Amino acid sequence: MPSAPTGLMAKASGFVRERARRRLSARLEDRDPDFIREALPVLWLLSTFYFRAEVRDLGNVPADRPALLVGNHSGGNVIVDTFIFSLAFSTYFGVERPFHQLAHNLAIAWPLAGGMLRKSGTMSASPEHARDALAAGAPVLVYPGGDWETHRPSWESDRIDFAGRKGFIRLALEAGVPIVPVVSIGGQETALFLSRGAGLAKALRLDRLARLKVLPISLALPWGLNVGDFAGHVPLPAKITIEVLPPIELERDFGPDPDVEEVYAHVTARMQEALDGLAAERRFPVIG
Amino acid sequence: MRLNESTPVAAPAETVWRYLADPENYLRFMSGITHWEVVGDRANGLGARYRILVRVGAAEVGGLVEMVEWHEPFDIAWHSVTGVDHRGRWRIREQHPGRCRVEYRFAYGVVGGGPAGVLTELAAAPTVRGQMRRTLRQLKRQVEHEQRRLEAERRRASR
Repeated sequence: MPSAPTGLMAKASGFVRERARRRLSARLEDRDPDFIREALPVLWLLSTFYFRAEVRDLGNVPADRPALLVGNHSGGNVIVDTFIFSLAFSTYFGVERPFHQLAHNLAIAWPLAGGMLRKSGTMSASPEHARDALAAGAPVLVYPGGDWETHRPSWESDRIDFAGRKGFIRLALEAGVPIVPVVSIGGQETALFLSRGAGLAKALRLDRLARLKVLPISLALPWGLNVGDFAGHVPLPAKITIEVLPPIELERDFGPDPDVEEVYAHVTARMQEALDGLAAERRFPVIG
Repeated sequence: MRLNESTPVAAPAETVWRYLADPENYLRFMSGITHWEVVGDRANGLGARYRILVRVGAAEVGGLVEMVEWHEPFDIAWHSVTGVDHRGRWRIREQHPGRCRVEYRFAYGVVGGGPAGVLTELAAAPTVRGQMRRTLRQLKRQVEHEQRRLEAERRRASR
């Protein structure tokens, strides 16, 4: 029989685990179209006047069937381009069309922001959540590069870096949906990202404790030197440009049993070409 | 926010009406419009539905609209069904024989947006107003060109 303090510890630990499980559980019906509609004005003001954002070719997203939208991840933990893309998606297709994004567990579990993200249709990153949303007919936005890519140094802003993660291709194949690449630039100029701090994260065992492979170091407002970016930062008003590429139909383009390596090379090459084009349009950092 | 712009057009109301009643013309004269697509079987008239998109700032804004008034040759009005809340109206009024005034009214709102919603309505107004003015200039140019073409056709027929 456990002693009283041990039992209390077990109860407390169970309570915390249950809270975390509930926070991370993704129900499609958590998405709240009215909440999104009411958030659009703030997003539009910020996107239009602060970030001078431009979202191109949203018509490439299939209008009448689900698709896996695959983006390059930028901006550290303040993922400005995701909010801009969500605004553009909602005004283009209407908030009535379901749309889900996958995000890191830490973002979803955050007390206030996590609730807002869930209402916006964001779910914690897992293949099950993506499968559920696709099966329900909703487009799903994923960032295969995750924390590895979003914390890359600012001078690698024009580089696609999924760190070899190919789970998104298996997901698209299982669900039988096309991959729609979404390429953005500018997010990596919202702060001066210096290093991923991968060695530091490993030394502190963050990969095991919190699924974090990085402990990024940046110069960001208002902190100055910013280690971890856990509390986020005030983004610089970098011009954000996002381009949606034509859908890649896996079975049509790669045969009935597509080779994952080949698809990965094709998707990342097309995204890199588009990103090179966007980078060539920019004359100055931040200003665009 | 309700915006109102108008222009005189050197053509009879019927010519303007014919031009506005044809959904294929909208991509030709409406400024900022990126999409104007017929939804359903009905191309025009009361109850016709269109999916429209207009670029305003960082976003293409629009949704499904339905024609709620269709009084030939004076008034066409539509309301949004899904997407951003708005309504619009064409008012065509004959002023002299062969000349009329076309009024374009556009009202939009950000329901539940609070102060940011009010700020957004105000901030978007100059862009929307500019698009309305360009739309009317293009409409006037195209309808007057159509009217000259019709008159030339009549002259040729009477020779």
